[in-house]
Amino acid sequence: MITLKGLHKTFNAKSGVVKAVDDVNIEIEKGEIFGIIGYSGAGKSTLIRMLNLLERPTDGTVSIDGMDLSRLKGKELRKARQEISMVFQHFNLLWSRTVKENIAFPLEIAGVSSTERKKRVDELVKLVGLEGRENAYPSQLSGGQKQRVGIARALANNPKVLLCDEATSALDPKTTDSILDLLVDINKQLGLTIVLITHEMHVIRKICHRVAVMENGRIVEQGHVLEVFQNPKEDITRDFVNQLADPGDIHKTLDHLAEEYPEGKVVNLTFVQESAEKPLISDVLRKFAVDINILQGKISQTQEGAYGKLSVLLQGEEKDIQEAIAYMESHHVGVEVIQNA
Amino acid sequence: MLEQWFPNVDWEKMWEATVQTLYMTAISVVATFILGIILGLLLFLTAPGNRWENKVINFIIASFVNVFRSIPFIILIILLIPFTVWLMKSMLGANAALPALIVGAAPFYARMVEIALREVDKGVIEASQSMGANDWEIIYKVLLPESMPALVSGITVTAIALVSYTAMAGVVGAGGLGNLAYLEGYQRSNPDVTLVATVIILLIVFILQIIGDVITRSLDKR
Ligand SMILES: Nc1ncnc2c1ncn2[C@@H]1O[C@H](COP(=O)(O)OP(=O)(O)O)[C@@H](O)[C@H]1O
Ligand SMILES: [Mg+2]
Repeated sequence: MITLKGLHKTFNAKSGVVKAVDDVNIEIEKGEIFGIIGYSGAGKSTLIRMLNLLERPTDGTVSIDGMDLSRLKGKELRKARQEISMVFQHFNLLWSRTVKENIAFPLEIAGVSSTERKKRVDELVKLVGLEGRENAYPSQLSGGQKQRVGIARALANNPKVLLCDEATSALDPKTTDSILDLLVDINKQLGLTIVLITHEMHVIRKICHRVAVMENGRIVEQGHVLEVFQNPKEDITRDFVNQLADPGDIHKTLDHLAEEYPEGKVVNLTFVQESAEKPLISDVLRKFAVDINILQGKISQTQEGAYGKLSVLLQGEEKDIQEAIAYMESHHVGVEVIQNA
Repeated sequence: MLEQWFPNVDWEKMWEATVQTLYMTAISVVATFILGIILGLLLFLTAPGNRWENKVINFIIASFVNVFRSIPFIILIILLIPFTVWLMKSMLGANAALPALIVGAAPFYARMVEIALREVDKGVIEASQSMGANDWEIIYKVLLPESMPALVSGITVTAIALVSYTAMAGVVGAGGLGNLAYLEGYQRSNPDVTLVATVIILLIVFILQIIGDVITRSLDKR
């Protein structure tokens, strides 16, 4: 559906040449939700803006549905853009227009007749759950409602692709979740391909099928969300994955526990898909002469199955502990031993 | 009672002068609004980093605007005499004041328009581009509506300046309240005529300000 080949973007800023995007190659399938994660300044916005040519690539090609976008100009480009919608972090609604009028905006640009426009706007208002707020101005809406308008507006011309530039980064966690749910709904109902960029692993976990990790303009790692979660290869990816499992200072607590029980081992277990649902702990208890103390744990759902993290304290003979760990590893569970400090 | 307090005021002449002032103001405000918006849009769009970035055109318009904005109005009228005579075939009457009023006010307003347009959220312009809007659609569906409150409050300030310009123009031959106050009031030592003319000018200014404020407020949904 979307093919990025050898994509480069360099800016000649006052401070020197900035390689914002550096040799990016990505293939995105039709109907998938593809996430790109990276810290601020990684080049994510520049990359996503090249997908609708708001930014022209310095080198490389962007093709969408077999059409080489980077060659288009003027009228053809504007026409193509109607099929590649974008949702923005700061919503970018026209304050001078009501909800309805904002949603009608792209329809006016596409030259849709006013009766058709009315009909379509009503459908969209329903789709994003804004019934009753049609005639409000953006300044009268909450952040989440504004983003719903942004999404409705983006869907107005039945696009093939929806680009989301940090669409939830300006929202609180609860509103973020409701917007993410809406995006998943739209993806399923309309079979829409969604490309989103974010700096929050939570967003990737909750809605993406595949993820690419971006650092200094390059894609350093990409793959299915669960695979990347289970087996992160790069340090930056590990940081992002840990950001998800650890609500803050748990690592410190685990180090502390490792000190407190020198005779035992504090171990982090990562479960993915089937292994998350098997009675592994009771198996281990039955088969090996070890005690297991559960310290903390969390299971989260991703678009492709469950993903769990469990921190346990294993106590017993060193030999038994080693055997238990080997057993768990052989059952596709990631095992990370927290070293005694 | 009016006779007693303002013995020298010819109310018919006063009314005629008021109508002339209103006429000059109205025509020049409308022309300034249109011309100022065109110049302001050109200034904005040709500025570095904008859609029609063009150093030469931007420099030419900016110079024109700055020069005409800086010339004191009374001198501008004198400088424009040949132009006015060529255009209007006369230096007297309300119409003769119009070229100078418009040339004096449009650059002044163009700057305000440019500032108003710069305040329009870049993100909204970008969103419109991402929806496939062309330049013309961006101008009339985004830039102008999104800056309308500032455009209206700007034209209000300009309109008030224009009222006082009409008075100055009156002194050098155009009609209106300024002309009346100068000829009938000052030169014939009838301070009551000057006073009445002043009060009427003040009333016009107040009313313009109120209308401008009401419209600005009703447009601003931010
Ligand atoms: N128009 C521009 N001119 C110069 N440098 C830019 C421009 N846009 C982005 N950059 C630079 O490119 C890099 C990547 O920026 P961006 O794509 O916004 O990152 P992200 O969205 O991941 O935070 C940054 O170093 C930024 O300063
Ligand atoms: Mg960004």
